[in-house]
Amino acid sequence: MGLSEKEKKKQEKAIKRLRKRQKNMDINKVHVKKRKRKSSSSLAGDIVIFIFLTLLGLFMIFPLYYAVIQSFKPVHELFVFPPKLYVLEPTLVNYSDMFKVASSLWVPLSRYIFNSVFVTVVVTISNIFVSCCAAFVLAKCKFPGAAAINKIIVTALLFTSSALWIMQFLVMATLNMIDTYWALILPSVATSMNLFLMRQSISTIHDSMIEAARVDGAGLFRICWQVVIPNSKPAMMTLLIFAFQAAWQVQGGSLIYSEELKTLPTIMQQVSASGIARQGVTFATAVLLMIPPLVIFMVAQGNVMETMANSGIKD
Amino acid sequence: MAKTKVEGPLKNQGKVRYTLHLMRNNIGCYAMLAPFMILFTIFTIVPVIMSLPMGFTNFNMVQFPQFVGLSNFTTLFLNDDTFMIAVKNTLVMAIFTGPFSYVLSFFLAWLINEMHPALKTIFTFVFYAPSMTPSVYVIWQLLFSGDTYGYFNAVLLDLGIITSPIQWLTDTTYIFTVVVIVQLWISMGAGFLSLRAGFQNIDKTMYEAGAVEGIKNRWQELFSITIPSMGPQLLFAAVLQISAAFTVGTVGQSLVGLPSTDYVAHTVMNHATDYGTIRYEMGYASAICFVLFLAMLLVNQLINRLLAKYLD
Repeated sequence: MGLSEKEKKKQEKAIKRLRKRQKNMDINKVHVKKRKRKSSSSLAGDIVIFIFLTLLGLFMIFPLYYAVIQSFKPVHELFVFPPKLYVLEPTLVNYSDMFKVASSLWVPLSRYIFNSVFVTVVVTISNIFVSCCAAFVLAKCKFPGAAAINKIIVTALLFTSSALWIMQFLVMATLNMIDTYWALILPSVATSMNLFLMRQSISTIHDSMIEAARVDGAGLFRICWQVVIPNSKPAMMTLLIFAFQAAWQVQGGSLIYSEELKTLPTIMQQVSASGIARQGVTFATAVLLMIPPLVIFMVAQGNVMETMANSGIKD
Repeated sequence: MAKTKVEGPLKNQGKVRYTLHLMRNNIGCYAMLAPFMILFTIFTIVPVIMSLPMGFTNFNMVQFPQFVGLSNFTTLFLNDDTFMIAVKNTLVMAIFTGPFSYVLSFFLAWLINEMHPALKTIFTFVFYAPSMTPSVYVIWQLLFSGDTYGYFNAVLLDLGIITSPIQWLTDTTYIFTVVVIVQLWISMGAGFLSLRAGFQNIDKTMYEAGAVEGIKNRWQELFSITIPSMGPQLLFAAVLQISAAFTVGTVGQSLVGLPSTDYVAHTVMNHATDYGTIRYEMGYASAICFVLFLAMLLVNQLINRLLAKYLD
């Protein structure tokens, strides 16, 4: 009994000693952290950085803020000199005028909205579909040509639509796609960036999961859509955002002549071209156009950051 | 996960037959790849490759292309003064939208990463927002409007800095600066997001180890821990930045018109647009595009080499 008591005491002592050591270690850690805080990221530094970022951030956000404010101003406030950065009597009159202005155009506003929404939906869905299928096999299958295709995709990251569109115009003219919905949709469907991002994130998925599905007798297509893609939701959201952004900005430009095939960005330019009197309406259309991508990004930012973490190019 | 098992007799057969065998075994992979690759070939590979043969022709989009040899290229480099202006403008703008914006997005991503998580989200949103705004041009056009209703004119007039409104978008003194500002404003794109994510992903214990090893300040931390562990993201962002830098022009085109007054904001891309979709001299436009693509590829190779060397 006595012995065991002694042992108990010994044990307790040992535990105490251990705890103390641990505590010391904790203290050390805290110490290190404190030292780190003091030297490598001082509070003063943090404040300076915060102020710097805020100033630059204000520059970035100012035009967007200004557009929003202007779009809610009634006419007598729009033309106050100097322009105010706030609105006294917010009104939706610019937004309702948008439809009035549009009614003087060749085709109704609803048609432009329909075109934009239609093109965006088709591009987004098909972009995600083809990118996911291709990304899955490129990330997880070994077959002749895979390495070469991977290399081509990485190089093709250089050739965005802004670089290619003149040559694409030539290709589409050859294929008789000018002035059809195809010209608005097809060039934005297979984008190297989306494929690349999807491939990078799929390659972080464990092979064992795919093996298991394979043993269960699932084909490639089913493995892709029932096992792999549900496990790459952040990447899916990222693709959605990028595809949406690209499609939502599609203007047609020299690809589309028919008024009834043009999209919303075109009408914004038409309204703004009609002069100063339409300033409020112009801002209203601008705001209407910028809201959807901003909202989607805001909602899915976490997902995007998660996907972009795998975006690096490794040789 | 592909069936790469090789049966005995096959091993001894030629490489071609072995490859064919593998291809047959992986037919499903090719089927999955096909939709993407077909569209990708038509709208990315063909346009890039076609620029060379088309550059040797005279093509007005109506008659069949006529072979004209090197004349497009010789005209371009020897007789086209506007092209030389465009090259000069592109290079100057490329410094801002390329290296400058690259360093800026890296720097901003780094600073944002030091902030509180909630602030991180807000700042990332704020800096990325401009690049996804499709109404950019119109907003800036109204901010820089040449009459007294333009915001900048109004503010400057009100403060008494100027006495009459400045024609920001047509006066040759200002056009270039305005275009560069707007171009910079929209330049925090996917590359910036990639860098942001890269910072977030760095192993925190590395910094603790660094602190023990005697790293004194943020700068030391940046150069000895952060940058070396961000190689892949840096490469990715570099590619996007090069692409953006060489294709500057679309902003200017919508903002100050095509051609801009006295070609002061005329870029290579604008030049190609001018010949391709306004004058319908597609052969010449192709030659311009080919030169541009070649320059992009070369610079990309160069930057990749340099970065790889530095990061290793």
